[in-house]
Amino acid sequence: MRTEIKFGGLGGQGIITMGFILGNAAAIYEKKECVFTQDYSAEARGGASTSEIIISDEKIDYPHVLKADYLVLMSMSAYRDYVHKLKEDGVLVVDSDLVAPGAVEKRRIYGIPATKIAEDLGNPIVANIVMLGFFNGVTEILSNDSLIQAIKDRVPKKFWELNEKAFMEGYNYAKNNL
Amino acid sequence: MKKGYLKEGNYFWSGDIAAAEGAIAAGCRFYAGYPITPSSEIAERMALRLPQLGGKFIEMEDEIGSIAAIIGASWTGERAMTATSGPGVSLMNENLGLAVMTEAPIVVVNAMRGAPSTGLPTLIGQGDLMQAHYGSQGSYELVTLYPSTIQETFDLMLHAFNFAEKYRVPVMYLIDGLLAHMYESIYVPPIEEIEKKIVHRKRPKEGQLPYEPDEDLVPPMPLIGEGRNIHATGLTHDERGYPDLTPQAQEKLVRRLNEKILKHERDIWIVEEYMTEDAETIVVSFGGEARAVKAGVDLARKEGIKAGMLRLITIWPFPWEYIKKYTADFVVAELNYGQMYHKVKEYAETPVHKLTKMGGEIHTPQEVLKKLREVSQ
Amino acid sequence: MSIFEDMRNKQEELLRTERLPHVWCPGCGIGIVLNAFLRAVIRRKIDPEKLVVVSGIGCTGRTAGYVNVDSFHTTHGRAIPFATGIKFARPDLNVVVFSGDGDLFAIGGNHFVNAARRNHDLLIIAVNNFTYGMTGGQHGPTTPTGAYTTTTPYGNPDRPFNIPHLAISLGVPFVARWTTYHVNQLQNSIYKALGMKGFRLVEIISQCPTVYGRRNSMKSPLSMMEYFQKNSIIKPNASFEEMELTYNGKIVVGEFRVRTNIPTYEERFDDVIRRAQNEN
Repeated sequence: MRTEIKFGGLGGQGIITMGFILGNAAAIYEKKECVFTQDYSAEARGGASTSEIIISDEKIDYPHVLKADYLVLMSMSAYRDYVHKLKEDGVLVVDSDLVAPGAVEKRRIYGIPATKIAEDLGNPIVANIVMLGFFNGVTEILSNDSLIQAIKDRVPKKFWELNEKAFMEGYNYAKNNL
Repeated sequence: MKKGYLKEGNYFWSGDIAAAEGAIAAGCRFYAGYPITPSSEIAERMALRLPQLGGKFIEMEDEIGSIAAIIGASWTGERAMTATSGPGVSLMNENLGLAVMTEAPIVVVNAMRGAPSTGLPTLIGQGDLMQAHYGSQGSYELVTLYPSTIQETFDLMLHAFNFAEKYRVPVMYLIDGLLAHMYESIYVPPIEEIEKKIVHRKRPKEGQLPYEPDEDLVPPMPLIGEGRNIHATGLTHDERGYPDLTPQAQEKLVRRLNEKILKHERDIWIVEEYMTEDAETIVVSFGGEARAVKAGVDLARKEGIKAGMLRLITIWPFPWEYIKKYTADFVVAELNYGQMYHKVKEYAETPVHKLTKMGGEIHTPQEVLKKLREVSQ
Repeated sequence: MSIFEDMRNKQEELLRTERLPHVWCPGCGIGIVLNAFLRAVIRRKIDPEKLVVVSGIGCTGRTAGYVNVDSFHTTHGRAIPFATGIKFARPDLNVVVFSGDGDLFAIGGNHFVNAARRNHDLLIIAVNNFTYGMTGGQHGPTTPTGAYTTTTPYGNPDRPFNIPHLAISLGVPFVARWTTYHVNQLQNSIYKALGMKGFRLVEIISQCPTVYGRRNSMKSPLSMMEYFQKNSIIKPNASFEEMELTYNGKIVVGEFRVRTNIPTYEERFDDVIRRAQNEN
């Protein structure tokens, strides 16, 4: 089965990193077929940032998102740019303080104040990791272990604890509130 | 396991990383290059990895110097590589001709981006296919390979170096803006298994002249520092390597430079034939674009359209037999105004259609499907 | 056998005598430079198997074709990066670039400055005859202002490179200039340079009577040599202005810079390998 996930937000929010960690976890720790692309052209549109992940049990041919199963957004501009990419029955995951979805009520929307939670943890830089934990809480797309391992591959050791905490905050928020 | 060697296992790599690691696995220990998008990550990976293995990395002042340095290194016996994109290849082309003329095995990676000129630096293009073959002055043959996946970008490097060494010829290794920066799951087998498949260049027999070919038309290669008093020149030369500026010497040398490749084209040809057996329409494609074509062919099959894909992994020498063997109509899908279209047309006895885009993105599977519907009506 | 015969035999062993006669005009200075180079190689007792000569394109570029060692006649301007590849891959070899002023400083200028900056372990023999000889005497990057060439029929408006000063500014450890009149000093400088490491430049002011001299009131090889003899001043600590070459003016020669113990690129890269392998 082919699963398409698109991340969107602003430069500096770790949107690319979020996609890369998810891809790395799927490819290396769950041995799934996975493709990760970054949309460079988006950079021309005033700091927009987006990345795409395709996960599958089979070889992946077309590497881009056609209709996203999951759209994970951290800015209003990304919402405006990409909401049309979401499947009719797709799932929208947002930072609820940053994105106010309009008329997509048919689709399931899950919100978390990820940036706020990250700030409370002491560092807004981990907002993307809170978001990733929340996303996995909603979807259970991979095991938490795989994702935490992939996070550790990406960040310096001294930030492991903070990142793991951020991830679990997001994950538990999904479990406690949904 | 030897120091600096990769462990067998699953990795998540970009095409640039896979090209670098593939080259290292294939025995490359010398890299000279100049940064240019979207190939720069190859240089970065080489700078990180080659010293771990005792190999050499140098960032030169430009692409001209880069290719000159790897030709020099090749003459010492190194499996040497550089990587660039279209603008860099334009600068390298004179010395690519020197490598052809002096029969120095090298691998040149071109991560194709939108062009002409500076074009679309970060995005895919496929406009350098003709440049890959005809970029330098004169009439010559070389080898050009073009993978479609990150796994293949890694695996095919072994062939690139082996062809270069076996035929004493520069190999153009095409990737593109999509593959260069796209990450994908990949499995790396034990490096020892890859190393077993490394083909080393032939060494001259006692008394054999530096450009005296064997029966396969390839002269075994003497190396610097062996006391053989090699002389190599870009001038037309005789079998000693000495300049011989006559029509007779030109005829003999340049004819052989072409024929040593064409004689072995069946050994060099690599293609993927996907659902072509009963196909009424075959889409010819390559590189990143072929990923859209395969998905489009699948969509077409679901609608009952008998479509297939012929993916050229070897671009040059052109695998013409794979065109001639089919009686299906052809569509050539490429990200340029139509380059391989003309090569397919040269050999097809059936109608040949274009599916082109000027670059920046690959076709969508729907666009491929639309074309297949049109053609199959 | 006299020492002269012995030297002659050894020189012949270092030449591809089967390729003679050479392409150079009667009275050309390149042969004098080659002679000095070969004598210095013999005196240094350099193993010919470990000697590589790389040339670019042009009259001097043909030198690689006559030396009986591993030798490469490359593309125009690219001798230095080609030699860089050889040296970097095989640091145990003595790699010499033997080429002309147009090849090294115009089309190859970018390679010269960058290789000098990196301090590759290369000896550069730069024959400066003020002109592009092989293409018929056009002006080049070393043609003095005011000189007449086929592309400066009204006198050269261009300024020439001050080559020794250029090299010194790049930190090159050995910089010398002689003319073809100074055969012994030239041979001694090459001998000295062969015993050093790093980027070493020997510039040789040489006569091209055929296409340069005859347009600039020095029709015969002899008259050019006389010019070198009369106008040369040996001054090792010359200033920038003194090193500059002017039309039919003074030629300041000498060993302008001799430094030892500047690490070469190849040595610094050995450290890179050590660090990479220790961290690994």
